[in-house]
Amino acid sequence: MQFKVLATSALVATMIAGCASQEKPDDMAAQKAPEPAPAKAVPAKPKLQMGASDSMLANTCAGCHGTNGNSHGPSAPTIAGLEEDYLLETMQAYKSGKRSGTIMGRIAKGYTDGELEQIANFYSKQAFQGWTQAAVGPEAKQGQMLHEDFCEKCHEDGGTSIEDVPLAGQWMPYVEWTTADYLNGLNHPEKDMKKAMDKLAKAHPELSNATVAHSLSHFYGSRSADGYKRVPGRLK
Amino acid sequence: MKITRRGFIQATGAATAAGLIGTPYLALAGSKKVVVVGGGTGGATAAKYIKMADPSIDVTIVEANKHYYTCYMSNEVLSGARSIDSIRFGYTGLAAHGVNVINDTVTSIDAGKRVVKTAGGQSLSYDRCVVAPGIDFKFDGIEGYDAKVANDIPHAWKAGQQTMTLRNQLKAMKDGGTVCICPPPNPFRCPPGPYERASQIAMYLKAKKPRSKIIILDPKPKFSKMGLFTQGWERLYGYGSDNSMIEWNGTPKGSDDNVLQSVDAATKTATTGFSEVKADVLNVIPAQKAGKIAFAAGLVNDKGWCPVDLKTFESTIHPGIHVIGDASVATGMPKSGYAANSQAKVTAAAVVSLLNGHEVGTPSYVNTCYSIVGHDYGISVAAVYRLNESGSKITSVSGGLTPSDANDETLKREASYAYSWFTNITTDIFG
Repeated sequence: MQFKVLATSALVATMIAGCASQEKPDDMAAQKAPEPAPAKAVPAKPKLQMGASDSMLANTCAGCHGTNGNSHGPSAPTIAGLEEDYLLETMQAYKSGKRSGTIMGRIAKGYTDGELEQIANFYSKQAFQGWTQAAVGPEAKQGQMLHEDFCEKCHEDGGTSIEDVPLAGQWMPYVEWTTADYLNGLNHPEKDMKKAMDKLAKAHPELSNATVAHSLSHFYGSRSADGYKRVPGRLK
Repeated sequence: MKITRRGFIQATGAATAAGLIGTPYLALAGSKKVVVVGGGTGGATAAKYIKMADPSIDVTIVEANKHYYTCYMSNEVLSGARSIDSIRFGYTGLAAHGVNVINDTVTSIDAGKRVVKTAGGQSLSYDRCVVAPGIDFKFDGIEGYDAKVANDIPHAWKAGQQTMTLRNQLKAMKDGGTVCICPPPNPFRCPPGPYERASQIAMYLKAKKPRSKIIILDPKPKFSKMGLFTQGWERLYGYGSDNSMIEWNGTPKGSDDNVLQSVDAATKTATTGFSEVKADVLNVIPAQKAGKIAFAAGLVNDKGWCPVDLKTFESTIHPGIHVIGDASVATGMPKSGYAANSQAKVTAAAVVSLLNGHEVGTPSYVNTCYSIVGHDYGISVAAVYRLNESGSKITSVSGGLTPSDANDETLKREASYAYSWFTNITTDIFG
């Protein structure tokens, strides 16, 4: 755990040295430990100004996730209107490494749990806007079959229900990659998710994880849903 | 009780901008006017976010250009991966949010009288001014290179016309030609930018003119995301082999080996402390300083950048004027588009608080720099920041680089998320 902290600090130091060109990286290297040096020196945490408002914190996400959390794609997910507990759990999973990500692990660690609660609360009050991204073709039809057998129970109404995690109209690459990550064991799903995924895999040994993820994302991306705002989508 | 017109307006709350026309005395009472100088990434974000937070604030933005071309993703225009149109944005979005958009050049900012004057003869009074002028170039450090020469030997470090010039030069270059890139010394706009540029040009040349070479003459001993870039170049462009498409020449501290000293425009020759490179396409990116208006308005320090209070971005030289983005000394954050957008939001919140007589809240900042190294190959450096207790530094709380052991799938996803960032941030600013 301590090594991980050092590694992160080293990465951050490298990043600061590389990117914040006002910094003098040599200063960091020049600091000498007193003799005899402690086995592992943990750098002192700087005292920071805390207490930012919900919107101040949440507005830092807009660059990638869209103004007020409504993403225009092609792949970064919409986080507007997501259920508060789900958003919080997801960010905590990125923070702990339970959930696989490209950049979100690095980002999530930048907020305290209290701040993540604020952010989750903010976005839960926004309105989810779905995008139609795919035609209703054979892939979507296969996805629909899989959804109805294994996913509908929790992701109700063809994945359009806002009470669960809305899947219909979410950005397709993100849905495909996340589904694949679950199936490939890169994310650590909660109990019910795991049960459903295992059931699906057992029932369809002829379908690769990639095909399952692909089909499901096509189904959710083709849904025209009643009950929430949809805008005509554009691919790429 | 004598009811003055001032008292009447306050009581009825009818203090709209329209109602104040022709009544300058009344305008002073409870006036909330903001003038934003510069309609780039920082300025446009600030104008929009002030208006979104408090529609009763009168916000005017002054921008000389009719359209803004983003520097970010402009390297993809150089490679042909995207069109110039895709990085062009207009101001109808801002106008729809209620911002007054004025197409003009600001010539002076009177900090005492709180008036912004324009080349077109306008006089705009303000309660708070936000200045986001971007950068200007230090041409005097390079013999034989100035703003005029830059039309033919483009820096393309302000996207638009010069981006197309450079793109056309690359298209016209014969197979086997030499592209020479001279990145600037620190500090400069977009630290990974020149190296993403080399990557994108290499991607183009590999496909269309594979016998060509890119020579980088760098005044610095290292650069942003260096490990990740060189790893990508090794994988994609033969870096480190005899057949490398990219050659990077750095400068150790204290020497002038690859510090650009002069340019011969006629022969496209770049001369450094150590060598001479005759190029077919020469891209000189000069050393930088704050944009012109920052100097005219007396907002700069002796290094040519604008010192500010890191909580509100208010100038420490002229109160009432906030400076954001590349031009500011935002110690701890890089000079990037996302940083300008982040600082603009912090400033917008501060300005709204100040104009309403409320305490300024705690800021939160973020930056992510994505670079597209090649097809389905994206890398990033990211950080989440807070202000330290003393207010002297914007401190990174967490962040870091794409791991060096990232697999192909991760690099592919990073590229896609980079495109999502581009779509979302430009919509956040101009939509």
